[in-house]
Amino acid sequence: MWRQGIRIGLIGGTIEVLLALVGMVETFSQRFIISDVISMGQTLLLVAAMFTGYLAAKRTNRSEPLWVFVNSLVSGLIVGGLMSLLVTVGSLVRLRAVFINASPDLFKLLTFNQGVGAGILLLLIFGTLSSSLSGLLSLSPSLVRRVLIRSLGGVAMAGLLQDLLRAIFAPWGPIAEINQWFFPVNGLTVRGAVSLFILISAISYFWMKSGSTMKTSLQRLPPASQRVLRIISFFFLVVILLTLPQILGLFLSEVLTIVGLFVLLGLGLNIVVGFAGLLDLGYVAFFAIGAYTVAVLTSPELGFFNLTFWEALPFAIVTGVVSGILLGIPVLKMRGDYLAIATLGFGEIIRILVLSDFLRPWLGGAQGIAKIPKPSIGSIEFATPQQIYYLILVGCLLAGFISWRLRDSRLGRAWMAVREDEDVAQAMGINLVAAKLLAFATGAGFSALSGAIFASKLGSVYPHSFSVMISINILCLIIVGGMGSIPGVIVGAIALVGLPELLREFAEYRLLVYGAALVAMMILRPEGLWPEAKRRQELHREEAPEIESASSAVSGK
Amino acid sequence: MRFVSRSERTKIPMRQRWKEFIKLTDILMWLIGAAILALVVWGSIATLAAGRYTSRHWFDFIIFGLAQGSIYALIAMGYTMVYGTLRMINFAHGEVFMSGPYTAYFVAASLNNSGFLDRQPVISLLIVFIVSMATSTLIAVLLERVAYRPLRNAPRLVPLITAIGASFFLQYTFRGLYGSGFQAYPTVRILEGPMVIGGFRILKFQAVVIGAAALLMMSLYTFIQRTRVGKAIRAVSEDKEVATLMGINIDRMIVTTFVIGGMAAGAAGVLYALMFKQVHFFMGFVPGIKAFTAAVLGGIGNIPGAMLGGIFLGLVESVGPSLFLDGLGIVAPYQLKDAIAFTMLVLVLIFRPTGILGERLAAKKA
Repeated sequence: MWRQGIRIGLIGGTIEVLLALVGMVETFSQRFIISDVISMGQTLLLVAAMFTGYLAAKRTNRSEPLWVFVNSLVSGLIVGGLMSLLVTVGSLVRLRAVFINASPDLFKLLTFNQGVGAGILLLLIFGTLSSSLSGLLSLSPSLVRRVLIRSLGGVAMAGLLQDLLRAIFAPWGPIAEINQWFFPVNGLTVRGAVSLFILISAISYFWMKSGSTMKTSLQRLPPASQRVLRIISFFFLVVILLTLPQILGLFLSEVLTIVGLFVLLGLGLNIVVGFAGLLDLGYVAFFAIGAYTVAVLTSPELGFFNLTFWEALPFAIVTGVVSGILLGIPVLKMRGDYLAIATLGFGEIIRILVLSDFLRPWLGGAQGIAKIPKPSIGSIEFATPQQIYYLILVGCLLAGFISWRLRDSRLGRAWMAVREDEDVAQAMGINLVAAKLLAFATGAGFSALSGAIFASKLGSVYPHSFSVMISINILCLIIVGGMGSIPGVIVGAIALVGLPELLREFAEYRLLVYGAALVAMMILRPEGLWPEAKRRQELHREEAPEIESASSAVSGK
Repeated sequence: MRFVSRSERTKIPMRQRWKEFIKLTDILMWLIGAAILALVVWGSIATLAAGRYTSRHWFDFIIFGLAQGSIYALIAMGYTMVYGTLRMINFAHGEVFMSGPYTAYFVAASLNNSGFLDRQPVISLLIVFIVSMATSTLIAVLLERVAYRPLRNAPRLVPLITAIGASFFLQYTFRGLYGSGFQAYPTVRILEGPMVIGGFRILKFQAVVIGAAALLMMSLYTFIQRTRVGKAIRAVSEDKEVATLMGINIDRMIVTTFVIGGMAAGAAGVLYALMFKQVHFFMGFVPGIKAFTAAVLGGIGNIPGAMLGGIFLGLVESVGPSLFLDGLGIVAPYQLKDAIAFTMLVLVLIFRPTGILGERLAAKKA
């Protein structure tokens, strides 16, 4: 059982070395979680080491606490050892010729500014300590473990999201004092961190002890009061949604609009991929079509037409729907991987055509089309992010409502049948052609709507905004959030689009994190963060068939 | 005996039979296909009639197409083999292709700086090839262990998405490691300049690319057809369960498939770098898709098909824009050459999904 510890340690150590060489550690070090004490970069390494220790503890064959602890200790030692190796090699050989991030600054960071010898010792100590700590954590009773993890996680999140929190509290007079107390400059103060830790531990302890009793007492209320409660919480949600841009200020409203656009796009792709199971990698084509339709119809630069945004909007949506059908017809017979590549091909064809000189007189070529007017109702122009937010909110609500109703309709069930098994669906009498074309059309319609809003928000369209990366982005969003689940789309958008906007350091490593997140999610939790209940059952059914059937027999489902 | 017609016997009215046989969407597709064919023919005739390109031009285009096509063919072999054994498209194969030459670039640069490249070009090139192939193989094997093996029995969408995620992860990891700039391969002097074969001039490096690729393809094909391991791989592609019954170690064969694919991609990478001189972290994406197109063109799961598809795609991409797009009056036709490749992909997937040489696998259920 040494071997587990050694193996996991080697993997963890390699990951840490990779994180350092890719440059994440250095870039993240600019932001401090706790001012002048620990930076985000160091937290990253710490978390990696702790996770290694935790994994080693979990995978230990023997269940005696001593061996579990030893395993995690060993893995931590190896992690520290590999990092020390990196530092040693870096001091001897000029690694920068190959790995551009292996700069002297990085090594100073890794050795805690103490030089090579002392640095190696420190790395070994920290590695071993953090892993052993998580080994101890895994051995401790479940309550303690969960409380500790939540408090530590909460403090880390507060440090990560300090910009967001600062912006939220700033405009509200006395509450702004929180800012001064907790995070004045770059990172939490020590007293802020400690008090937050205590606060969260207390709350989670209390919640764990009596949370379930609260839930059951809620459920025992008569249905009338339950309805009242539900209506009140719904009302609160609406109020929050409507006043959000005023609370959050300019920058965050801008972030919200971008998240909103992606939510709209995600809802559309959710219908195509999540409901109907048709993997469409060329989704950005419809986004482009919607944007370019509005651009061509409203921009005075090309001068063909001179419509307002509201007049151009139905044209954009109709064009989107029609192109969705046109895309759907050729790919009706394709399945799975072929469908993905074919739609990818379509998306690229649209992008190349839009970029080409051949279509420049009509579509603007590589320079794109500029001077698109903003939408306006009467005298109010939707110019600032706060105002555009409302437009996007309406779009998202519309799309969400349509998705929700469609999901439980005959069409929605037809889509899910097609997703599961096309042949059986056809045998059951579902018209495959109609179902697939409707899926493509609806998804394309939402996408075109999003594109139209995008075009007028930006005021111009460039072909470079419509690369296949966006399709992949949206796909990642709905996968991470939960395929086929509408709240999942929102969760995915906030996680994968909102967070990188807030954490600017992330920007360079965005797709790296996306890729890793995607692979990790698929292996660990393929149903996503907020899954559809049915999907979760489906995906875990293969793992525990006996338990499933037993529990369903007991609960009489 | 009375001759009884089929419709009488089966008692289905003829119009209904026709409706079942041909659907409206099929008619639409045939129309679109015919329209595209007409455009191609018209454009070609117009170009040839206008006579803007001499036969030397065409010859250059063809040689360039052959060289590029052989590179696609090598990469396509990796796709087709993985598809044959695992029934999934290894989206990350483009990154396997990229990792080799990008890493080998540093070796090549240091060889160049020390002058070894000029003194012993053949040995240096060999070293570069070996480094590239080793790196690509390493990445391919890691991919299989980490991303694909845990998901062998998952529903079809899951490994596909994992492959896409792995592809991006690899791209940006290499970007982080080596930087986001374009790195230029050092010029190898013996490969510069033209050579004359029987009255025709070809550039030396093009000849080397075509020759090396042909050699590699031949050896790969022989390996698959004539050796025991090759036979085992073919058995795994046919039917995994029966292969296990025959005593073949499936895991090891799948790893071998990835290894071979990785080596081919690494070699193709160096050839690509020699031809286009620049390596970049994103360079694997488009050749990856084109190589997949080539594999599908030739018939996926079919190794000679991959070779044929690759060369065909390279030729069409090279000769196509000048041949038919120019004749149709399109300005700057070379910008649309990627569009030609993608259109061909879509057309093949619609009209002949089994590819030119036909799928050698049993009919795949979705």
